Amino acid sequence: MESFFLLIGITLMYSTPLVFGALGGVISERSGVTNIGIEGMMVIGAIAGAAGSYFTGNPWVGFLAAGVAGALVALLHAVASVSFAADQTISGVAINMLAPGLALFACRSFFEGAAMSPIAPKLPKVLGESGLAGTPFVNLNVNVTTVLALIFAIIMWFVLYRTKWGLRVRAVGEHPAAADTLGINVYKVRYVCVLLSGMFAGFGGASVSIAIISQFTQTAISGQGFIAMAAVIFGKWTPFGAYGACLLFGFTQALVIILGGGDFVVPSQILSMLPYAMTIIVLVLFVGRSVAPKADGIPYIKGSR
Amino acid sequence: MEVSSEYAVQMHGIVKRFNTFTALDGVDLDVRKQTVHAILGENGAGKTTLMNILYGLYQADEGTIHMGGKEVAITSPTEAIEHGIGMVHQHFMLVENFTVTENIILGDEVCGAAGVLDMRKAREEVMALSNEYGFDVDPDARIQDITVGMQQRVEILKALYRGAEILILDEPTAVLTPQEIDKLIEIMHDLIAKGKTIIIITHKLREIMQSADECSIIRRGVYMGTVDVKTSSETELASKMVGRNVNLTVEKTPAHPGDVVLSIRGLTVKDDRGIEQVRGLDLDVRSGEIVGIAGIDGNGQQELVDAITNLAKAESGSIKMKGKELTNTTPRNTFVSGVATIPSDRHRWGLVLPFVVSENTVLERHVDDEFGKGINLDYDKLRSYTTDLIKQFDIRPVGCEDERMSGLSGGNQQKAIIARMVSSEPELLIAFQPTRGLDVGAIEFVHKTLIAERDRGAAILLISFELDEVMDVSDTIAVIYHGQITGTFAQGTVDENKLGLLMAGGEAK
Repeated sequence: MESFFLLIGITLMYSTPLVFGALGGVISERSGVTNIGIEGMMVIGAIAGAAGSYFTGNPWVGFLAAGVAGALVALLHAVASVSFAADQTISGVAINMLAPGLALFACRSFFEGAAMSPIAPKLPKVLGESGLAGTPFVNLNVNVTTVLALIFAIIMWFVLYRTKWGLRVRAVGEHPAAADTLGINVYKVRYVCVLLSGMFAGFGGASVSIAIISQFTQTAISGQGFIAMAAVIFGKWTPFGAYGACLLFGFTQALVIILGGGDFVVPSQILSMLPYAMTIIVLVLFVGRSVAPKADGIPYIKGSR
Repeated sequence: MEVSSEYAVQMHGIVKRFNTFTALDGVDLDVRKQTVHAILGENGAGKTTLMNILYGLYQADEGTIHMGGKEVAITSPTEAIEHGIGMVHQHFMLVENFTVTENIILGDEVCGAAGVLDMRKAREEVMALSNEYGFDVDPDARIQDITVGMQQRVEILKALYRGAEILILDEPTAVLTPQEIDKLIEIMHDLIAKGKTIIIITHKLREIMQSADECSIIRRGVYMGTVDVKTSSETELASKMVGRNVNLTVEKTPAHPGDVVLSIRGLTVKDDRGIEQVRGLDLDVRSGEIVGIAGIDGNGQQELVDAITNLAKAESGSIKMKGKELTNTTPRNTFVSGVATIPSDRHRWGLVLPFVVSENTVLERHVDDEFGKGINLDYDKLRSYTTDLIKQFDIRPVGCEDERMSGLSGGNQQKAIIARMVSSEPELLIAFQPTRGLDVGAIEFVHKTLIAERDRGAAILLISFELDEVMDVSDTIAVIYHGQITGTFAQGTVDENKLGLLMAGGEAK
């Protein structure tokens, strides 16, 4: 029983950064901008979160700083891909190459040349540090970020499918020229969505560096942004779909830990491959079948209709 | 023309330049309230540019716009909408996976507090509007699931929902079936009766005669005048549009049919959803004759052509070319057996738009030794060959050998395909919707070419959804319905009514 709750707890814990990253992917791609740079934005979020928390002593300041830093990086992507109609894949790849270097540079300048940050204050757990202690349910006392991720997923679903803003975002991602002829500012919608995307990715980074662990390290993110992108596709570009996909990927990460700690004879190196292997399998099986927003990845140029 | 409140829209002295190219050179347009006003011109004459200026998508370099006697400046579609102008674009501006209601309210949503959509109220408003004009649209259907004619009504509703008093319809009939065209004309007259004004952009003379009150003509960006449709004729409109006398009737000598070239027996073909579209079809085409297939879109025409050209698999039956079996071989085999095809959709099947013109002219023949041996492609030879075709078929602009195909107008793209097909001197020429989207001048050219090919001794299979075209050009008219030939007639032995009845599945008497 205890290991069952352990499995659930760890699944939720590891899926949280993925959920934030995937929500970022959903909102950006729904407006028609592919965001491969989620990974890079999460790295920047991780360092900004750790640094903000360390210097102010308040992890919430760190969390917000992570969102702002992610959005700033996303601004680069928005300028390149929305204003200048650059190839969105290249812009995203550039961000992924830039971000780890930038994060390390920031880390070394903030912390006297250290390649990782000192231990920073962590965000609280839902029921406080000692909630449910001594009961089998102790592992269900998840990080507050886990709950935030779920709340954001619900909000995003509501906004996308129940409000006029969501209707416009989806229209811009499907048929920007149609939206334009009805007086909707395609560029503005895409800017807002890409910036939100960066903010969510930044939150995702912080939910690693000041919730799961309590410092920035160079390997803190290591591919979670890419797994989040796979979750976007697997989840058919919907908030709840992506959320469910993230739970699945989080579950494989939990399996790595649970199986690795037991008496199994599977080498840990093989086990560590599991989340990534799972990502590839899911992509192979589902990429062809789920349908992306029609204008996803295509820059909108006024007049070329 | 004097500015007056009798007119819904008056555009005077409109000049529009794109870099050095003058698209519109002092064009006037005076549209009386509560009339249908047609704007007629060939492809590229500037009709759509003029309307895009009225709708605020472009700004005119010179000229004035008055509405109801007052001068207005329209700098964006939003302002055009505020002035009561609605535009239905040729390529519909509809989000395919949205419902009808969502598409109509987009950008002007029915909301409760904090931007939360009130879909129930929105749906009621859409229903009320639809009922008022007798549109009969399903507010909950997704755009991708409804017919093109229905989609067009959704576009019109979109404009009406925004309070449009003036509707601009850009080539509204280009994508419609004959029945849908009739329904559209009915709707237009209904809208006029309810106080709206309609501007229709078209190059189809017959629809102007049926629907419009007045017609303004533009030729290469220059205003040619406005005529009262009632006192005019198709021939007059056509010659004003093209700038010379156009022969609307097709002139040809009697056919001298020879041996059977194409012979189809018991052909059955399924579409990609596995539904039988061609059901045991028999057909013969002789050399030196044009066999025209009349029928409504979706009665197996596409599958028939696909089977002959080996783009689709025949379930049963045989297709023989001069006695040689073609059935279920390869598209290449079809071509080398002497079959050339003018496809129905030139962008999808006929051309590679990003390729230059000279590459496009040898798509089938680039492997021939004539254009280079082994893996080599002789670009000089390719270019000189293309230069000949450009001259022979009057493809414009002259010297376009190295231009991308996408830069040519639709009519010239079609000429390029025809040039390519005819130059291979086929024994069978399949022309599937060969004049789709073309203007009067280009249509005349296509018809003349088909007849010239016939006189050379080729067998011609013409498949068209335009009944007039089939009746005018063919020597033998066959009707296709439900995947079968339901009647065959020599030209002149059958009238439109009888063919129409057969096309709709009725019995021939």
